[in-house]
Parts: sequence; structure tokens; C-alpha cells
Amino acid sequence: MQELITRAKELLENGTVARVLGWKAGDLPYNPEPAYFTNAEELKDFVYNGFCGANLSKYMIEASKLEGKTLVCLKPCDTYSFNQLLKEHRVDREKAYIVGVGCKGKLNIEKVKSFGIKGIESVFGAEMTDNADTLTFQTIYGEKTCSYAEAMLERCHVCKGKEHVIYDELIGESKDTKDAERFAEVEKIEAMSPEEKFAFFQKELSKCIRCNACRNVCPACSCRKCVFDSTKFDSAQKANVDSFEEKMFHIIRAFHVAGRCTDCGECSRVCPQGIPLHLFNRKFIKDINELYGEFQAGADAETKGPLTNFTFDDAEPSIVANR
Amino acid sequence: MQRIGVFVCHCGSNIAATVDVKKVVEMVQMEPGVVHAEDYQYMCSEAGQAKIAAAIHEKNLTGIVVCSCSPRMHETTFRTAAERAGLNPYMVEIANLREHCSWIHKDMEEATKKAVILARAAIAKVNLNTPLKPGESLVTKRALVIGGGIAGIQTAIDIADAGYEVDIVEKTPSIGGRMSQLDKTFPTLDCSACILTPKMVEAASHEKITIYTYSEVDKVSGFVGDFTVDIRKKARSVDATKCTGCGVCQEKCPSKKAPSEFNRGLNTRSAIYTPFAQAIPNVPVIDRDACMKFQTGKCGVCEKVCQAGAIDYTQKDEIVTQKYGAIVVATGFDTIKLDNYDEYAYSQSKDVITSLELERIMNAAGPTKGHLERLSDGKHPHEIVFIQCVGSRCSDDRGKSYCSKICCMYTAKHAMLIRDKYPDVNVTVFYIDVRTPGKNFDEFYRRAVEEYGVNYIKGQVGKVIPQPDGKLLVQGSDLLDNKQILKEADMVVLATAIEPEASVRKIATMLTASIDTNNFLTEAHPKLRPVESPTAGVFLSGVCQGPKDIPETVAQAGAAAVKAIGLLAKDKLMTNPCTAKADELMCNGCSTCANVCPYGAISYEEKEINDHGIREVRRVAVVNNALCQGCGACTVACPSGSMDLQGFSNRQIIAEVDAICR
Amino acid sequence: MSIKNEEFRPKIVAFCCNWCSYAGADLAGSSRLAYPADVKIIRVPCSCRVNPMFILRAFEKGADGVILCGCHPGDCHYSTGNYYARRRMTLLFSMLDYIGVENGRTRVEWVSAAEGVKFSQTMNEFVEKIRSLGENVRLGDLRCKN
Repeated sequence: MQELITRAKELLENGTVARVLGWKAGDLPYNPEPAYFTNAEELKDFVYNGFCGANLSKYMIEASKLEGKTLVCLKPCDTYSFNQLLKEHRVDREKAYIVGVGCKGKLNIEKVKSFGIKGIESVFGAEMTDNADTLTFQTIYGEKTCSYAEAMLERCHVCKGKEHVIYDELIGESKDTKDAERFAEVEKIEAMSPEEKFAFFQKELSKCIRCNACRNVCPACSCRKCVFDSTKFDSAQKANVDSFEEKMFHIIRAFHVAGRCTDCGECSRVCPQGIPLHLFNRKFIKDINELYGEFQAGADAETKGPLTNFTFDDAEPSIVANR
Repeated sequence: MQRIGVFVCHCGSNIAATVDVKKVVEMVQMEPGVVHAEDYQYMCSEAGQAKIAAAIHEKNLTGIVVCSCSPRMHETTFRTAAERAGLNPYMVEIANLREHCSWIHKDMEEATKKAVILARAAIAKVNLNTPLKPGESLVTKRALVIGGGIAGIQTAIDIADAGYEVDIVEKTPSIGGRMSQLDKTFPTLDCSACILTPKMVEAASHEKITIYTYSEVDKVSGFVGDFTVDIRKKARSVDATKCTGCGVCQEKCPSKKAPSEFNRGLNTRSAIYTPFAQAIPNVPVIDRDACMKFQTGKCGVCEKVCQAGAIDYTQKDEIVTQKYGAIVVATGFDTIKLDNYDEYAYSQSKDVITSLELERIMNAAGPTKGHLERLSDGKHPHEIVFIQCVGSRCSDDRGKSYCSKICCMYTAKHAMLIRDKYPDVNVTVFYIDVRTPGKNFDEFYRRAVEEYGVNYIKGQVGKVIPQPDGKLLVQGSDLLDNKQILKEADMVVLATAIEPEASVRKIATMLTASIDTNNFLTEAHPKLRPVESPTAGVFLSGVCQGPKDIPETVAQAGAAAVKAIGLLAKDKLMTNPCTAKADELMCNGCSTCANVCPYGAISYEEKEINDHGIREVRRVAVVNNALCQGCGACTVACPSGSMDLQGFSNRQIIAEVDAICR
Repeated sequence: MSIKNEEFRPKIVAFCCNWCSYAGADLAGSSRLAYPADVKIIRVPCSCRVNPMFILRAFEKGADGVILCGCHPGDCHYSTGNYYARRRMTLLFSMLDYIGVENGRTRVEWVSAAEGVKFSQTMNEFVEKIRSLGENVRLGDLRCKN
């Protein structure tokens, strides 16, 4: 982290960048938040640790409109999102100075809490320099520990790898934390009976409070105006006389990002209700891979997306009923 | 809120017999926006249209719903009527109560209920309609004719005579097509070459006609009035500007083993060849697959003997790009492959031939110099059996379901010609039906039976069995006498079904012209627009649209020409106003829409946008209305929903959905 | 009191492209090839105009089945529209299947302007299928409030 701060200061001072987009400490030891820093003084609050899960690439849409370059800290998986935004002309490459930051897996505080660790006052083992396999928490109930790997976000268990796909310079070591099959959860649902599937999703989606956190954090959901806020579809009926948005929001959102979603997992990370929203996106990704060939959105900024492409002998929709 | 008038048509009894039109009128009056509703016997009639006009004036209508037949039938009629009465034509919507309701349902209560729902959907849509104005696009005053047979030649001559430039693209080395392979033509028995050759010469010498032979259409882009076409001129290996057509190269060419396409493979030709003596242009091509120079590098005889120095082994395919206002497809036909009809022993005996092969045998320039002889041993035949409907009118998928239309007449012709020239030859024809509608056609057939003593047997042939002595045993049935027939024949002639030339599929795809299950091009309307494709600016000439004889082909060729001329005569075309439109305030500038646009109609501009007081330069999508054809692919690709289709907007379609599911 | 024994009459929305399938439906009509009145057709320029939102909207508003008909692949009036529609619908249908919606409720069929018989047959089959599946409860009620 110190190396990162030193380099950021340098780049700010020599005028390469006008601001730094990173994380600053939150009011709790485990909730750092995305923040801009414009001088050495402000950088005192800069943090980068295992709780810095937020994908900052989406902030570059607004940062691209600002004067001068923005230094943006991107983890390996975040760079896919940046590439996808680049492909869609939503960010300006010239306005970004990408520092590929190291990552050894990001932590899910809800997971930690589920181990019975509450009343946390401080955390040890979450710093980038820490090589411990164990996290140690100082809580109001005394010291508690848990395994780092077990406290990771779902997405880190299916890590896309330690390579940054786009960057200007790299700082820090990364680790491939993959220890699970990416589509295992999806396959589990696919194997269910229609009744079980429906019961599962009905239960999950019934928790939704339509807070829009998933939409706001999603780098693919970057529309200036969401269809659900527009009058063009008659889908935005906030007056509660119409239940279309209520019922179909997540399916439509998943379809809108299909072929563009990099599977960054932010939607599931931020959902205050703990709905496993990535299961929608990952289903589309699995289908796309199986039907139209392996495709990783954001792997580059050029390849045509699967929904803006076709082959003459693509599978017919009836394949869904017949497989 | 719109002020909508609903007009329910009885269509005589077509709608009114199944749909309670009075009830529909009563029900639609409860719909939001409806201020007027009435029914009438025939809304499309002058009196019906007058009622619409009157209501527009009296009730200040801003939108119209006509509950009538399919919009494909009378949408234009009603839009024009509305326009005459001062209403924007795009404020009219049709509820299809005939094709989609009254004609398919029997129960009046059920049909009426459905009719009301269809009317509601149209009303819901009109409530959201906005006036649209067509744009204009320019017309390139040049036509392309694909195919240089009699259909293409006639179309080209007719268009050229009207004063427009025409290009003919023909894939073989000469124009002339199937007709050039025929010996005589029914029902007058003129020599085919005698009537075709002058037409070929006329086309070739016409100052407005350019002929590209040994060429194919590679790529088509654009739209009615402004097509851009890439024509691939295949390497002839002969410089057409130098060649004098002396024919020495063909004589001297040592490689003479390639099957002659023109003679249906019944004999061979040289590697450098013109397909037939009257070929136009009279410039040979080198068949590189058959040429020793190209295959082994050793030869070069033609180059040595050519005094004009026209041989050019280094020639390459050349692409000519040309703009056209209209395109006529005249790709013609071929006979079907007989693999599925092995019971007729076509593959087993040389003496079982197709009718088109018989044309070549009967022709003085053909493989037997016009002598009727068996191809197996050169002997003169005494018994010839003709089998009709080989692959035509077939109820299973071995052959074609349709009637090939020309076989009955050409078989009568063949029978008559053979009996006339060789009275010693007995001719028997097995037929399912004899179909001879056409001027002087039945008379022609009766002459074959009555004057020439051709033996017609109603019945099918089950099998042809080649005998060890070279004869052919024909097993058939006589349905009128109800008996089995065994007949020994020296030759068997199969009236083989015709099918569209194989290349038409590719061409149809390039032109986005629709094609039916038999690969015939679909006409815009089977009765009322038979020579137009549903794709604007594409016209159909000859057998590519359906089986036809020569007089019909020529008539249709002329009709296609007139349609093309009608288009070329216009300086400007009104473009479809139902095009895509991006909402600048919502557009992300992400390019997803441009990626799916088949017409390249979407581009991006850096534009200063005033978004509720926030002024910034944004990358936004801009649709070229002249290029956009209104498919709507972009509207669904657009993640934000900023791209919408005028006339079929998201809100309009959702309103229809809501009205139907209500 | 609801009428218990009344036969289930499904609500079915059929999106038909203007060039092939709508014309095929017209041909079915002019050939008097009957299919149940439960089917209501919405005309769209091309199958690629059909937004998955329209289909979800129909279900949410009470449709029991939605069918999309377009030109045969290779025959699209706009060259490529149905290819995009094919991918979109395949993915959408797969998603609906994934969340437990009976997969017979959605269908894509390519019907040319010449295939009046196919249009009528398809609609008869589809209505039969939807009748056997019964009323669509799931998509109207994916997110019931507890």
C-alpha cells in the first residue's frame, strides 16, 4: 500500500495525473469506500486492503469527463470491466492512468459475520503485505480468527486469474484464488425440477427491496438513463399501479448486460439483502459459452459481443426444451 | 389524447358473417380516445373511404383504426384516404379482422370477442402514433439483369428501349440460356435458334446494354433506387478486346475431354471453348480445370495459334462495382437430378435420357448432328417411350410437389417431331394427366394424337429394366383399361421436373428477396404483383418465379421490365418513414446498435447536448434515414432503450401487448 | 364465485414479422386454415424488433404463452434480423427455463409467406401445448411479496 501511495504522490506531483481514484478508510475497519484524492495531504486517508472489493472502473465514466488524467486503481478482474467500457466508448483511455493493483482475494464481511464474528474493532491479516492465511479480529467479545480463503467473496473463489488485461503500470503481487468451479452453482440450479427452480428464485427475489444497489454498482449497467427510469418503455411506473418493474427487474437487467457482463460479481457483493444476483448473469455466460463459443466480456476491447453477432447455423431456441 | 375514429368493415359477408360488426362498434366506443365508430359494407370502396373522410372532418379525428382485411391488402388505401382528408397517413392503423379472425373462426361469439381485442390493440397503438413524414432518396437510372437467358435478354431489351442503361450478368460464357439448347419450340415448331439468335444479337448490339458473361454477382448492398453491386468477371484467360472469334484455338486445343455443358454432357468439348456456335460474345474461355497449360504447365498451343495474341493465361478475376436503381432476377431453371428415380434406370442405361438431352440429340448442332440414335450403340430406335411427370407432382419428398408445366407440351412436340421425321418409330407416352392450357396448346396435343398417331397411355411407369440385348423393358400400367403393360423400348425419355437454377439461393440471400420451399422466388403478391419481389426494387423475370414456357417467360420478362422502368423513370423515391431514431439525451454512444445494423445506417457524432441544463459534448448515435430500412434490430440491441423505431415504437408495441393481455 | 368448470382459454400473443410470418398468417386466413381464437397477432417489421421485454411484459400482464414467428434463417427481409432474434430468444428462453418457467410457454417458429399451412399447424400445436400447461402463474408472480 505504501508503494502505491508513494507512486500516486509522484504522479500527482509531476502532473501526470490530476487525481487518484482509490479507496479511503470508512467508519469501520472493514468498509473502505471509493474516493478521489487530489494531493499528498488527502492521500493520508488512502487505504488498500482485503476489504477493497469495489470495482472502480465504472467511476471512470464520470472521471473521463474531468480535466486531466485520473489514476485509477484496478484489480485484475476490474480491468475486464474497464475494457468492456472502453469497447462501448463509455470511458476515455486517454483520461485513465491505470495502475494494476495486486490482489490476493477480497473479503466478504457478511461471510465473516456468518462465522459468528461480531462487534469488530480491528482486523489483522487483511493488508496486502500480510501473508497470513488467517484473519484475526479484535472484537468487543475478544479475539476471533477465521480462514482468509473462507471469508472471501464468492467471485474470488472463481477468480479470473492474476493477470491485468489492461494497465499502464503494475504495483503489487496478485494471487489466483480460484478454488471452485465457476458454473457449479448454476449447474446445481439447472439440475433442479421446474418447481424447485421456481421456488428457489421466488424465495431469493422476494427479498429484493428495489434499492437499485446492484444497478448502481454494475459497470455494465452504465446507461445514462436506465430503461426502468425512462418513459420510453412504459416500464417505469413508480406509482405502484403497475407491477412490471417489480416483477421483471432482475431478468431484464440480466438480459441487458448479457454478453457484456464480465462476471465481476459486484451485484452480489453490494446486495443488502444477500440475493445471489450473479447467478442470473452467470447463467447467460454459461449459455453463451456453450452455444456460441467461449466468450469473456472485457478480455479485449474489440471482439464483437455474442448478442451483436451470429453464425448461420446457430442453435434454434427449441434447444432449450430439447437439451 | 387522440381523437380516434374506428371504422369496421363488413367486407360483404367475409367479416360480417362471422364477426358481429355492430357489437364491435359498440365495444370499441368504450375505449380511451375513441370518439367515433361506425361500420360499413365495404370500407375500401369509394363510399367507405368517403365515410372516413367525412368523420375526419366532422369529428376532428387525429387517429384512425380500420377494422378490415390485412394491412398488407389495404393499409395503403386507407392511409391515402386519410391523407386526402388532411390526416397524416401514419395516424392510421389496421386491425386485421378478416385474415386473422373471421376467415379462420366459425363461432360468432368467439370471433367477435377476438375482433374486439384486435381492435383494442390497434386503438391502443394509435393512441401513441405520431405523424410521420417520408424522406426522399435519389434513383440511379440503371438496371441490372441477373441471368442472360430469354427472360433476361427480353427484360434488358425492353428496359434499354425505354432509354435506360442495362447490364446483364450471365454466369456462363454466353448469353442464350436454356432456350439456346432447345431444338424446336411449341406450339409452332419454329427453330429455337432462329428466333433466339436475333434477340441475342439485338441485346449485344444495343447501345444501352452492357453484357457481362462468365460473370457472377458477388455482393449487393443498398436499397431500392440505390443498389451497389459487385460483379465478379471471372478470368476468361482470353482478352475479349483482341479475340476475333476465329475459332482456331478450339480446333487446335489438344485437350478435348471436358464434358460439354451445352450438350448436357452427351459429348465433349475442348478446354478452350465457346459453348455453341452462335455464342455471344463469340469469345472463348479457358476451362482451367480441363486445360493442360493450367494443370501441368505444359501446352500453350492456343497461345501459339492465336494470331490476334488474345490468349492471356495470367488473367485474374476482376470485380466491377456498379450502382443500380433496379435489379431484375432472371436466373432460370435446370432439370432436377434423377438420383431419387433410379427405377427409371437413368444411371444404368445411356438410352434412358431426359427431355433436355433429347433436345440436344434432335438438334443439328448436337452430339449426333440431329440424327435420332441410341447413345449406347448409335442404332436407330424403333420404339420410344416417354414417361411424364418424372419428379413433378410428387406427393413425397423424392421430387417436387408442383407441376413443371412445360413437359406435356414439349413431349407432344418431341413425339410429333419424331413421328414426322421418322414415321417408322413408334412413340408411346405414359402420362398422369395431359395439361395443355394455352393458346393453340390443346390443338397441338390433339394433332400429336390424331394426325401423328402418338400412343398416349394414361398410367404411370413403375420400372424400366435394361435387357441384356440392349433393349429397355418398360413396366407400366394403363389406368383406363385397368391392366399392366410390359413394353420393350429402344429409348426411354424422361420428362424431368424443372427446378430453379441452384445459384438463385445465394442471389436471393444477397438481395434479401424471399424464396419459397422449392427455391422459387416469392412474388410480392401471387395475383396482383406477380413480377415484383417483396423486396422493393427487385423484380422477377421467367422461371425463377415459377415454371413457365417461352411465351409466358417473354410476357413476364416484359412485365418485369415495365415495373423496372416505372421505378427508373422516377427521379426521387419516398423513403419509408418508419425508421429508427435515437434519443440523444439517453444515448450512451456505445455502438452496440451500429454493430447489428445490416445497412450501415448508424453513425456517431460528437455533439453538444443540453441534458436538462447540463451541457456537454457526447458521442451519440445518428441514423441515416435514407439507409435505414426499419428492421428494428438496433432497438433491441440498445441497452438503454434510447433507440426506438418510429411507427413500431416500444411504447406502441407494449400498448398492443397490454391491450391483448388485458 | 368463479365458474369452475369453464374450459381454460389461454391468452396467447404471437409476434409476427411483416414480411414472412404475418403474410403466412394472412395466407392461413385466406386458405381458411383454422386455429384457435386464443391467438392474437402483433405485427412487427422483423423478428429482431421483438424485445425480450415485450415477451416478459406479455407474461406479466397475463399471457399464458408467447410465440415469435419470423422469416426462415437466410430469408430475412433485412438479411440478418432473424439471426439476432434467434440468439436473443434462445438466451431468454433458457433463462426462463432456469428460473422455473415451463419452457413450453415460449416458442420461436420460422414461417415463410408461403407457409399458411405451417402457420396454422404451429398455432394449433402451440395452443394445445399451452392448454396442457394451464394458466401461467409463475411469470406473473415471480416476486410475490411475503
